[in-house]
Formats: sequence, C-alpha cells, structure tokens
Amino acid sequence: MYDVAIIGAGVVGGQIARELSRYKLSVCILEKEADVATGATRANSGIVHAGFDAKEGTLKARLNVQGSKMMKEVCGDLGVPYINNGSLVIGFGDKDMEQIKALYNRGIVNGVEKLEILSKSQLERIEPNISKNAIGALFAPTGAIVSPYELAIASIGNAMDNGAELKLNFKVNSIKFKGEVYHISSDNESVCARYVVNAAGVHSDYIAGLAGDNSFKITPRKGEYMLLDKVCGHIVSHTIFRTPSEKGKGILVSPTVDGNLILGPTSVDIDDKEDNSTTAEGLDRIRREVCENVENIPLSKVITSFCGLRATGSTGDFIIDIKNRFVNVAGIESPGLTAAPAIAKYVAQILKNNSLELQEKEGFNPKRRPMHYFSMLTTEEKNKLIKENPSYGKIVCRCEMVSEGEIIDAIRTNPKAATVDGVKFRTRSGAGRCQGGFCSPSVVEILARELKTSVLDITKSGGNTNILICKTKGGGLN
Amino acid sequence: MKNVDLVIIGGGPAGMSAAISAFSSGVSDILILERGGELGGILGQCIHNGFGLHKFKEELTGPEYAWRYEEQIEMLKIPYMLNTMVTGITKDKKITAVNSAEGIFEIQTKAIILAMGCRERSKGALNIPGSRPVGVYSAGTVQKYVNLKGYLPGREVVILGSGDIGLIMARRMTLEGAKVRAVCEIMPYSSGLARNVQQCLNDFGIPLKLSHTVVEIHGKSRLTGVTIAKVDENLKPVMDTKEYIPCDTLLLSVGLIPENDLSKDIGIEFDSVTGGPVVDQNRQTTVSGIFACGNVLHVHDLVDYVSDEAEIAGRAAAGYINQKAGTAINIPIKTDGKIRYTVPQRFTECNKTVLYFRTAGVYNNAVVNVRDGDKIICSKKKRKLLPAEMETITLTEEMICSVNSGCLSVELEVAEND
Ligand SMILES: Cc1cc2nc3c(=O)[nH]c(=O)nc-3n(C[C@H](O)[C@H](O)[C@H](O)COP(=O)(O)OP(=O)(O)OC[C@H]3O[C@@H](n4cnc5c(N)ncnc54)[C@H](O)[C@@H]3O)c2cc1C
Repeated sequence: MYDVAIIGAGVVGGQIARELSRYKLSVCILEKEADVATGATRANSGIVHAGFDAKEGTLKARLNVQGSKMMKEVCGDLGVPYINNGSLVIGFGDKDMEQIKALYNRGIVNGVEKLEILSKSQLERIEPNISKNAIGALFAPTGAIVSPYELAIASIGNAMDNGAELKLNFKVNSIKFKGEVYHISSDNESVCARYVVNAAGVHSDYIAGLAGDNSFKITPRKGEYMLLDKVCGHIVSHTIFRTPSEKGKGILVSPTVDGNLILGPTSVDIDDKEDNSTTAEGLDRIRREVCENVENIPLSKVITSFCGLRATGSTGDFIIDIKNRFVNVAGIESPGLTAAPAIAKYVAQILKNNSLELQEKEGFNPKRRPMHYFSMLTTEEKNKLIKENPSYGKIVCRCEMVSEGEIIDAIRTNPKAATVDGVKFRTRSGAGRCQGGFCSPSVVEILARELKTSVLDITKSGGNTNILICKTKGGGLN
Repeated sequence: MKNVDLVIIGGGPAGMSAAISAFSSGVSDILILERGGELGGILGQCIHNGFGLHKFKEELTGPEYAWRYEEQIEMLKIPYMLNTMVTGITKDKKITAVNSAEGIFEIQTKAIILAMGCRERSKGALNIPGSRPVGVYSAGTVQKYVNLKGYLPGREVVILGSGDIGLIMARRMTLEGAKVRAVCEIMPYSSGLARNVQQCLNDFGIPLKLSHTVVEIHGKSRLTGVTIAKVDENLKPVMDTKEYIPCDTLLLSVGLIPENDLSKDIGIEFDSVTGGPVVDQNRQTTVSGIFACGNVLHVHDLVDYVSDEAEIAGRAAAGYINQKAGTAINIPIKTDGKIRYTVPQRFTECNKTVLYFRTAGVYNNAVVNVRDGDKIICSKKKRKLLPAEMETITLTEEMICSVNSGCLSVELEVAEND
C-alpha cells in the first residue's frame, strides 16, 4: 500500500513525485507508456513563460509566475538545461501595441518582474533578424527556455533516487475506493494507495471519470512544430511571440536549450486523444507565419517535425482540486511546464490540508547528476573517465557526439531508458541532423546487451514498436 | 601532442586510396583516422557486386573492392586508428580526436585529406506530414541492419526516392522475402544508375513510379501504410491522384549529403551545388594543405572514380608536404546551369586534368563545350546525359596554360531535350 499513487509520468506528475519524495511517504508513479515524459511534456515549446498571458486572478496566472521564479533553481538542482534568454512579444500595428500595453499591465498585476515595452529601434538592436515590419515589442527578461522532457525525466529520476517507485506500462483502467483505500488497476496489475493524484494530462478526464468525477472535460488541441538544424539556433536569441489575436497566440520562433531553432505551434482542436500526427496544412502555416515575424529563417534546414496535444480543460483554468483524497491536476495546458514546480508545491499543500502527514525525510537529496555531465567536463576530466571506463571514448552518435558510456549510463540511471526513444530523449543520441540514421543500429545493440535480451526485443517506444522483426535468411548474430 | 606529416580523416575507399598514393609519392609519416571498427567505410555494407569495373575490369562486391586497398595499406604498413572519431580540425591543421584507448588527443599535421564520405538525407528533412511510427528508415540504415547485423525491419516495403542505395535495397529486401510494393521518385527520371533500375527493379517486377511522392505517413505505433500521389511540373502533389499503399516499412533514398560538419568552420570555401569544398585540379581546398576527395567532396555514383580522385589528392598532398608547388595561376570554372557542377571548380596549375561533371536534367545528343571567352577550347559529343551518371571531359596542359580570359566555362549545347 502506497501513501500516494500518482497517475501520469509527465512533467506535472514528475514534479509532484519529486516534491513528495522530500517527505516520509511511499509514493508510486503509474504510467501507461513504456517510458516517462511521452505526452505533452515531450512535444511542446519548452518555454518558461514570464506570466503576462494568463488572466489576472486565475490559478494559472499565480502558478505560472511562481513556477517561472522557481525554475532556475529546480533546473540547477536536477542538472536540466535552462537558459534565461528572455521573451519578446512583437507588434505590427497600433492595435498590436495596444494589446502589448494590456499584456504589460496584466503582467504587472500578475507579479511579473522587469517587463518593458521596446521601441522599434530597441527591438532591432537586440534582435537583428526581426521582421522589418515590427514596430515594437513587449520584453520579458525573465522569460526562459528549458528542456521539458529532461525536466520530467530528471524530476522522476530524482524522486526515485529518494525512494519513489515508477511503474511503466501501467495503463490505469479501473479505480475503486474500498474501505478508505484506492485500488488502482491496469489490465494486469493492481496497486493500493491512500491518496491518488490524477496527472494524466489529456486523459485526466477519463481518470477522474474512473473515480466517479465527471465534472470536467479535456479537449485535445494539436500543436505542430518544425525543428531546425543547430546551424540555425543563432537566428534569434530571444523567444519571439506574435501579439496574440482572436485566433490565439500564434506561431513562435525560439532557440532551444540544445541550440536548435523551434518553430510552432499551431492550434487546432481535435477529437482523438492519441492523434499526434502532423498535417500538411499545419506545416504550411508554420512556414508562412514564421517568415512574417522573423527574417532569414532557412526553412530547408528542418531536421524533424512533430506534434503535441494540449490538455485544454473545460473550465478555462487549471483544475486542481481534491475530493475523498483524490486530487485532480487537470487541464494543465500551457503554461503547465512553467507552472509544474509551483503546481507540485500547491498539490503537496492540498494533501497536507487533507490530513496527509508531510514529515521531512532526512537524507533527501535534491540534486541529480546532470544528464549531459560528460560533455560538461574538462578534457582532463574526460580523459580520466575514459581511462577508467573506455566506453566514454567510443562515440556512437556522430551528430550530437554521444558516447557509448553515456548511453549505458542512461540505461542504468533512474528512470532507466529501455527503448531507442528513451535513449534519445536522455542522451540526444539520434536527436541530431541525421535523426538516428547512423547511431540507431548501435543503440539497438547496446540496449540488447545491457537489458540482456535479443535485438529483436528492442523497441522504438515500447509495445509493438520493435525495430527489427526477424532474422535474415542467413543472418542474425544473436 | 603527436606530430604527423599527413592525416587522412576517414578510412573508406577515398581515405585508403589517398593514403596509398601519398605513400608512393614519398610521404610515409601518414595516419588514417577512422571512426568505424574497420577500414572500408560504407563499402562494408555494400555486399552487392558492380564495384571495380573501371579500376580492375572485374565485378567485385563492396567488401572485395575495399579489401584490395586494405591489403595494400597492410603491406605498406600505413598506420591507421579505428574506432577513432575526429571531433575538430583547425585552420592551422591541428586535429582533435577521441577513442577508447587514448582518450581525447591532438595531432599537429602538415597536411590533411578530408575523406569523411557522405550521409543520407533524413526523413526529417522531407517534412512528410503524418504520424511518427516505427518503420521509417533511411535506406542505408536498413542496409546496415540487413547486411551487417542480419535482421529485417519489415516485410512490406515502399521506397521513396530512386537513389542507388534505395534501388539496391529494393532487390535486397526482395531476396530476403519481403514484398517491395513500389519505388516512388518525385522527378520524371530515376536518380540512380540505369543499370540499377534494370537489375534491381525491372528484373524483379518492382514498379518504379516516376513523378510520384509520399504525401502522408500512417500508423500510430507501427507504420501501416503511406499515401502517395503524382506530382505536377512544379513537383507539387496532385491530390486527386492519391493512392494508399499498405506497408510496414518505408525506406528513404532521397539524396546524399557530403559530410562536412567537421570542415565547415575552418575557412574553406564551399560549393553550394555539390555541398562539398571548392577544390583545384589537385583536390586542394581553398585552405592550402587541406585536400578533399571522395563523397565528402561530391557524391559519386561509382567507387572507381572515388579511388581515382583520391589518388590525385594523395599525390598532391605528398607534393605539398615536400614543397613541390607548381606555377600559381587561378582560373575558376563556371557552369551554365545545364551542367550542374564540375570538380575541380578551379585550376591553380597547368596540368592535364579530367573534369568531372553532372547535368541538371536528362539530355540527348548534346555537346559539352569548354569555353575560354568566345573560344571553344574543347568539346565532346554525348548521346545521352543523365543527372545520375557522372561524366568526364579531359583538358590538356596546353589548353589550361593558354587560357586568355582568366576563366573557363563549361556549357551544354542541346539539340534535343526531354
Ligand atoms: C503544443 C504545446 C505547447 C506548449 N508549450 C508550453 C510552453 O512553452 N511552456 C509551458 O510552460 N507549457 C507549455 N505547454 C504545456 C505543457 O507542455 C504541459 O502543461 C505539460 O507538459 C503537462 O504535463 P502533464 O504531466 O500534465 O501531461 P503529460 O506530459 O501529457 O503527462 C500525462 C501522462 O499521463 C499518462 N497517462 C495518461 N493516461 C494514463 C492512464 N490511463 N494510466 C497511466 N498513465 C496515463 C500519459 O501517458 C502521460 O505520460 C505546451 C503544451 C503543448 C501541447
């Protein structure tokens, strides 16, 4: 029996797990997929929003600003890439500038610090590639970028290092409340817990429904992206938003913490909660709009495109409430990534107010070794490590320069990578310009060796996604 | 820091040939750095035949062709390091590399030959809409799985792009019992060699759908099929020609890109058409002492030409190290668009030179002219010119020496165009 079961291993569930792992509690995270951070947390803009977007007085606004202020320290502790690059909302006409003024005022009310309205010349000075038609901008120096999936992976890894458990391939399809205990089951497993946290993202209405709560509905809203080669990462240095219109926030252009350039997202409501396909219309819209905002974007340097699903709640605000020791953390659309550390604190408080004893654990370690620690070492330090363990001298991914040693570490470190995608999102092997063409055969072999299984059992992302299906007529070494 | 006269980056056919040629031109302090576990480069996974027809008048497999050079490397005792990744080069020819045995180390060298080969254009670069299931691979990756590892990724195959690796893999997958449903090529002609279209597709009844492309990828976790469509003159898909083909594997053979990640920031001038460095008749780049040959310079269809080119680079690098410079001239070579590019792109010495070139389209009964100002100094008749097949024209020492206008241009005179 666990004190708390968290359903959903995204950045929200992950941050909550890490927060609860500070206390003398038994915590279990249940995740339907073969890895953590596969939902909205994997496919989003990775922006730490300053907090001028959300409507004054909402939970969203409050947790956004709080989360934004916490993010640097959280990322520092967890060794997650975080860059305080600042955000700009650019305007093209008087109407836009009025809107920008309104955002400025809203930001002040929400508690966003250092906001400034820039003139055309100030804007052009800090962003030379900005469209010549832009006439001014809202500048939020506290805006930042992070690696969203690394934040979730590191949060869950740190929670596990501090005692939390993770159950993958655990698709919750039944929740029973019997004798003050929740019985949570998948097709082939069951766990019991005194408290449940529903952080199931786009599926959180389904999970709430299993517990008898049908008070809200989640609509998936597609957001498509294109990611450009690292040679394009310098085209802008800030995150560039268009002034929001009736049609939404529009397409942003931003560097990523890895040095790529990200373009997106689109915004289209759909029905199918599993449909993360990109569309010709979506990709066309991105191509068209980014060129209106920023000049000199080499669209031919696309290395991949992808799509994320926002969990848009029916109430318009984050839905965080508790009933019978069952906490909903739902409708966590943007700025959910930013808010995640604040959401975690808030949820811990709610649990405490509902009789969960939060007793600090001695020996809680808030720190985790950075995921890319190897690349951060000096040459001397690297050579020392290679001498002790020669696999750090064997480069597997030529685009991102990832060594076999780092891949083995990802397979052995909480939360352990067990799939090709798992390795990719932890080490960046396969995330570069050749998109795994070169390294994936080696990654498959390393996984098989480490997991003591056949290469035929190695999958891209769990389930039936085996990379290889059979031996050739004369082949198959193992 | 080690000191070596000549470092060759890449131990494929280009690197090996360059090493042997530099050695026989009098430089013995050579080091080949190869990231793979063996010499031979991509030839190791090219187990089909068709290599060496020009060089050895024999039809060899890739590994056999490579072995002819490996044997010589061993015999001449030319040093090489395997499993060694070069991570940086500087303009003053300092090389940083890493391997398990030595860790990260530096080498100062007098000359460098770039022979890193090329890589495949990836799925991402195509931006095909749809889902992201397992089952979409570049053809070379699957060639590695099948030929080197001995495993198949699927049984129902569609191939996008008619590059040579795609054509070869169509046959290979068929021989392994897979069903290749179609090869789609966006252009109205194949981008692979005619002999490969015949031997790998026609002989096995595999349809080649010219002017077709894949417009959507289907399947949530595993690939279930692709939608293909015909394209118009502007290469835009015509949506009412859409056709769904069920498959579990989509192979991409949509182009090769010279792999110049290492060399792009050292001040070398690049040719935007080839994607490789601009070189002179010695395959010397615009940074003196840095040479390039093989697929890192421009993508070849036949390895025999790679070996020829590497011999030139090896010989010239040896000359550079032994300070045997010729008369310095600078004659750039221009092309007219119908000729896509030439290699070399300029002359710095008056030597007899074979100019390699490719055309931009398919041309019948054309004449290739090399002009110096108004004067045609050399021409060659060609019955058929295909973009997939590299062509040559030879210029003599006198022709180059007597250039008056300061520049040469290579042009195509077309009688009939299709
Ligand atoms: C296009 C887009 C752009 C965004 N941009 C930003 C941004 O720039 N900045 C920002 O702050 N926020 C942004 N967001 C919002 C942010 O990404 C999300 O708020 C955040 O990732 C939500 O995390 P989560 O853990 O709630 O959801 P998820 O990451 O979706 O995690 C939910 C998890 O629950 C699991 N699950 C679901 N059902 C079950 C079940 N039955 N049993 C077990 N497990 C289950 C899922 O598999 C998944 O792993 C963006 C979102 C999108 C989609």
